[in-house]
Amino acid sequence: MSTILVIEQVINGLQFGVMLFLMAAGLTLIFGVMGLINLAHGSLYMIGAFAAAWVAGLTGSFLLALVAAMAAAALAGALVEMVVIRRLYAADHLDQVLATFALILIFSEGTRWVFGSFPLYLDIPEALSGTVTLPGGIAYPLYRLVLIGIGLTVGLALWALIERTRIGMQIRAGRDDREMIAALGVDISRLYTGIFALGALLAGLAGALVGAIQSVQVGMGEPVLILAFVVIVIGGIGSIKGAFIGALLVGLTDTLGGIFLPEIFKLFTDASTATQAGSALASMAIYILMSLVLIWRPTGLFGRAA
Amino acid sequence: MKKWMLGAALCAISSMAAADVKVGMITTLSGGGAGLGIDVRDGFLLALEQAGRDDIEMVIEDDERAPDAAVRIADRMIQSERVDIMTGIIWSNLAMAVVPGAVAQGVFYLSPNAGPSQLAGQGCHENYFNVAWQNDNLHEAAGAWANETGYSNSFILAPNYPAGQDALTGYKRMYEGDLAGEIYTDLGQTDYAAEIAQIRASGADSVFFFLPGGMGISFLKQYADSGVELPVIGPAFSFDQGILQAVGDAALGVVNTSQWSKDIENETNAAFVESFEAEYGRLPSLYASQGFDTANLLISALDVADPSEDPDAFREALRAANFDSTRGDFAFGPNHHPVQDIYAREVIQEDDVFTNRIIGTALEDHADAYAAECQM
Repeated sequence: MSTILVIEQVINGLQFGVMLFLMAAGLTLIFGVMGLINLAHGSLYMIGAFAAAWVAGLTGSFLLALVAAMAAAALAGALVEMVVIRRLYAADHLDQVLATFALILIFSEGTRWVFGSFPLYLDIPEALSGTVTLPGGIAYPLYRLVLIGIGLTVGLALWALIERTRIGMQIRAGRDDREMIAALGVDISRLYTGIFALGALLAGLAGALVGAIQSVQVGMGEPVLILAFVVIVIGGIGSIKGAFIGALLVGLTDTLGGIFLPEIFKLFTDASTATQAGSALASMAIYILMSLVLIWRPTGLFGRAA
Repeated sequence: MKKWMLGAALCAISSMAAADVKVGMITTLSGGGAGLGIDVRDGFLLALEQAGRDDIEMVIEDDERAPDAAVRIADRMIQSERVDIMTGIIWSNLAMAVVPGAVAQGVFYLSPNAGPSQLAGQGCHENYFNVAWQNDNLHEAAGAWANETGYSNSFILAPNYPAGQDALTGYKRMYEGDLAGEIYTDLGQTDYAAEIAQIRASGADSVFFFLPGGMGISFLKQYADSGVELPVIGPAFSFDQGILQAVGDAALGVVNTSQWSKDIENETNAAFVESFEAEYGRLPSLYASQGFDTANLLISALDVADPSEDPDAFREALRAANFDSTRGDFAFGPNHHPVQDIYAREVIQEDDVFTNRIIGTALEDHADAYAAECQM
């Protein structure tokens, strides 16, 4: 196990982490500000990927595909908020789970109905394909470095939006005391639609970016959704900073655990058993991390006491 | 008098029922794995249509890839719809949930896809026939092909679930070289950067992978972009007609093993490929060929005997496999699993469409490793 391999795996973990952050940021805002558990967030990720694949197939432009992905996901998010979600704010969490689970089924079958049952083609743009050599002689895919860059930029922009702008102030106020800001004359329902659309936009962006190196297919959002929930629980619900740190922690734990746990097991058992037991334990690693964080800080790393 | 009339009426009803055969198809028609089920169904229905059989009544249900849903549907089909024959299941875990119970209740089950080792060995049953393959077969062929090509240091990976473990076991059963590494990934994993980095560092001369469906698409795209240039070999499941278009250039030249290919030269196959494309507007996949063969096997046995009147004769007729297969020669081994040739194919581009071409035979008249454990 060389140093180069370790460094490469750390970069892989970071890249996975920042993509998780794009999903988790929207989820944590929606959960934190509106108190809504949105299981359909993964569907918005899928919508982004499908919109990107469709537009890239028509125009051949990856940039247009990204724009389309964000637009489609934001539009779908705003629509869903106005038609369905708005009726659920006062409802029990269980009702929210039920309704947004129904949305998953509707979006999945709807997408299958429109695009068919076979995965779609979406590839990395020519200019970003291939590898670059990093210091130390590591050949690393350029596209993945660009993903890290985009993720960090979005993270910074979100931070500026929440901490430095008037809208951000309203969002923070909405999280803390929604009656008070309504009394101060802020249009809560418009604010909520906006937040929901913003979260959806980020999910759509993540779907399109990741879709280019994975498969664009129905149901692609649900595995990511589960990880994103783990991230916001670790980071503390409602906290963008928490989502960022949590996403990096989950990304690194998942990637490095998958590599090093089987290696550790190999020290005291035969190779075949070690890979099986090691990868079984590795897939539990992030949940073990989550439990440890919750024991240490029951509201997550950056969450506030309820 | 009344009693007599009732008896006659009952006789009439039962003879009417005997003239018609009811086939229950449980397959995956929604969600992420729907492409496979749809291909099996379309291939099956195409064969029925071509045979002009309107005495076969089909009951088709979607299992949503969920074992509990499949069991529920199977119970209803057997107990209330009274089907004689069942077919259609794609996934091994669903097959394990449904098949043993179904055949124990006297229903015939013809598998168009899933072939778990349990049903080929000790759990074999006289009413269970697998028309596709035993799960290990295509992986064994990949191992044999690796020997033939001269690979001597393979890196192998598969998801950590029963079919994934069978895959690596199957490859290692035939492969004679060393292993540069062996990895189990998560089922449903979509990012393979970490695995590819390990492959790069391992000093391997070839890569064998079994990652069905979307997992394979992700792996191949990321592998092609990683700058690692080792030759890749895998079973046909990551290279079927349905997903090749989504992989695109990244799959070109990759060798994969399959019991079927659209360029196997025989009349049945040529006619099948042409009529499937004409009917559905897409090229058939191996799953479609399996559905088509399953239906033709069924028809050939129905011509001999009726399953509800003479199940023994019907079973013998199935065992004889007296039908024209898209694979050419087709025969059942003692455990009712195919004994067949398995080919090595290469991914090519024909006009705009990515597809496969046979480049050699990896295993001839290959039976599975579990037949000896089967007591029927």
